[in-house]
Amino acid sequence: MKSMLAVAAIILVVITATTGCKKAKFDPFPASGAIAGWEKTSETRVFAAKDLWQYIDGDAEQYLSAGVVSTSTSDYKYQGVLEATVDVYTMKDAAGASKILEKGQTKEAQTVQLGDAGLAYAQSVTFRKGPTLVRITAYESAPNSQQALLALAHGVEAKL
Amino acid sequence: MKNRRDFLKTAAAGAVLLGSQSKLGLAAMLDPRKSKVVVARDAALHSAEGKLDEKRVADLLDRAIAAYTGRDKPVEAWKRIVPVGKVIGLKVNGMGGKPIATHLALTLAICERLRQAGVKLGEIVVWECRRGDLERAGYTISTDSNRIRVIGTDMEGFGHEEQPAAFGSVRVNLSKILTRECDFVINLPVLKDHDRAGVTFSLKNFYGAIQRPDQLHANACDPAIADLNCIPALRDKFRFTIGDAMASIYEGGPVFRPEHLWYPNALIVGQDPVAIDYTGWKIVERKRAEMGLPTLESTGRPTTFLITAADANHNLGTNDPDRIQLMEI
Repeated sequence: MKSMLAVAAIILVVITATTGCKKAKFDPFPASGAIAGWEKTSETRVFAAKDLWQYIDGDAEQYLSAGVVSTSTSDYKYQGVLEATVDVYTMKDAAGASKILEKGQTKEAQTVQLGDAGLAYAQSVTFRKGPTLVRITAYESAPNSQQALLALAHGVEAKL
Repeated sequence: MKNRRDFLKTAAAGAVLLGSQSKLGLAAMLDPRKSKVVVARDAALHSAEGKLDEKRVADLLDRAIAAYTGRDKPVEAWKRIVPVGKVIGLKVNGMGGKPIATHLALTLAICERLRQAGVKLGEIVVWECRRGDLERAGYTISTDSNRIRVIGTDMEGFGHEEQPAAFGSVRVNLSKILTRECDFVINLPVLKDHDRAGVTFSLKNFYGAIQRPDQLHANACDPAIADLNCIPALRDKFRFTIGDAMASIYEGGPVFRPEHLWYPNALIVGQDPVAIDYTGWKIVERKRAEMGLPTLESTGRPTTFLITAADANHNLGTNDPDRIQLMEI
């Protein structure tokens, strides 16, 4: 009986440690209210590299060739109005994240202090930190959308 | 280009020759050597802030369909496009998210005209590959067979055919919504830059009708796009395109990239999907040039699928500008 309890305790410790670790390590998404004005409005969806097409069919290949390992995504809403999506791409290495960040950059891009490098547009913010690439996209334009997106980006960065 | 009187006269003559199964074929009959494509624009469709004036969408649709059919009255025009007593499938595109999905206002306007033309609500199916894409694009899922159904292939009760269909290089499992629910498909694609094919519009939209579209992206989707559209179960039902070019992405597509968003404020309508895609491709190239971007071909994304789609083995339409009767209104 004693040994059975010991085994059960060990299993419980392992399960708790494993799941707890995963959550802490792989949850870069700020909870509702953690960043002023932002609500997390969807469950986090996670796509392994082989399944990325289910999320961004037609766009997935460039991430695959840059070494994407997994992708997480979640929807947010700012002050109940501005809808945005946060995509977090975990790449094999920092070079892959850098490759995607630089692709498609236009002269309107503003360099921002986020992670190792960051770019902001009126309706989107993209940055990389180590092998992680984060893209935050707003679905409409609002007078304060860039500021709000930057605040959310800093919230994600802090959790990486 | 014909003047309006000539156009209407030819249209009336063509109408007499319409087939019994479908009343389409009118466009081709206007000039048997040419495929007609209507590009209808409304510069005031989006505000300076990028907000869509939804009330103007139905008017734009009516103008496009009137120009295509030669009928000023929308109901009469639609009666010439859709058959009676058949289930009409509206294949929308919800992949890129709300700003560059098939606009709900357009789909609703089409549903209303279909209803007025005698199509029962239960005979209209709005569909896409995934429920989530529809919902994120602003559509409300409905499976009530007495109402307009809005459904995704990934929903319970639908799915893909177990037996693959094949043509040329492709062997795919088609959506049961296409094969079992729809008799006549109107394609409502969105004009966008595409990371693989160069541009996505009418023909490419049916990647949303198969189980593994990711497997058809090699070699700029050529010959896969053309081969897919030659599969009889698709070719026999796909009859008309009402292309949504109200908002578009000229770079970074097919997903939403707000930094490359622009508003062509147009609907592109026709029966020949190759001619429609050729027209859309040229619009994207013009915008890219305006923005100082290289051509799609020089970025390694040549739209060769158009050449293949028009060749003798596929014969899906024409990519020859001399054989396209372009009507811009």
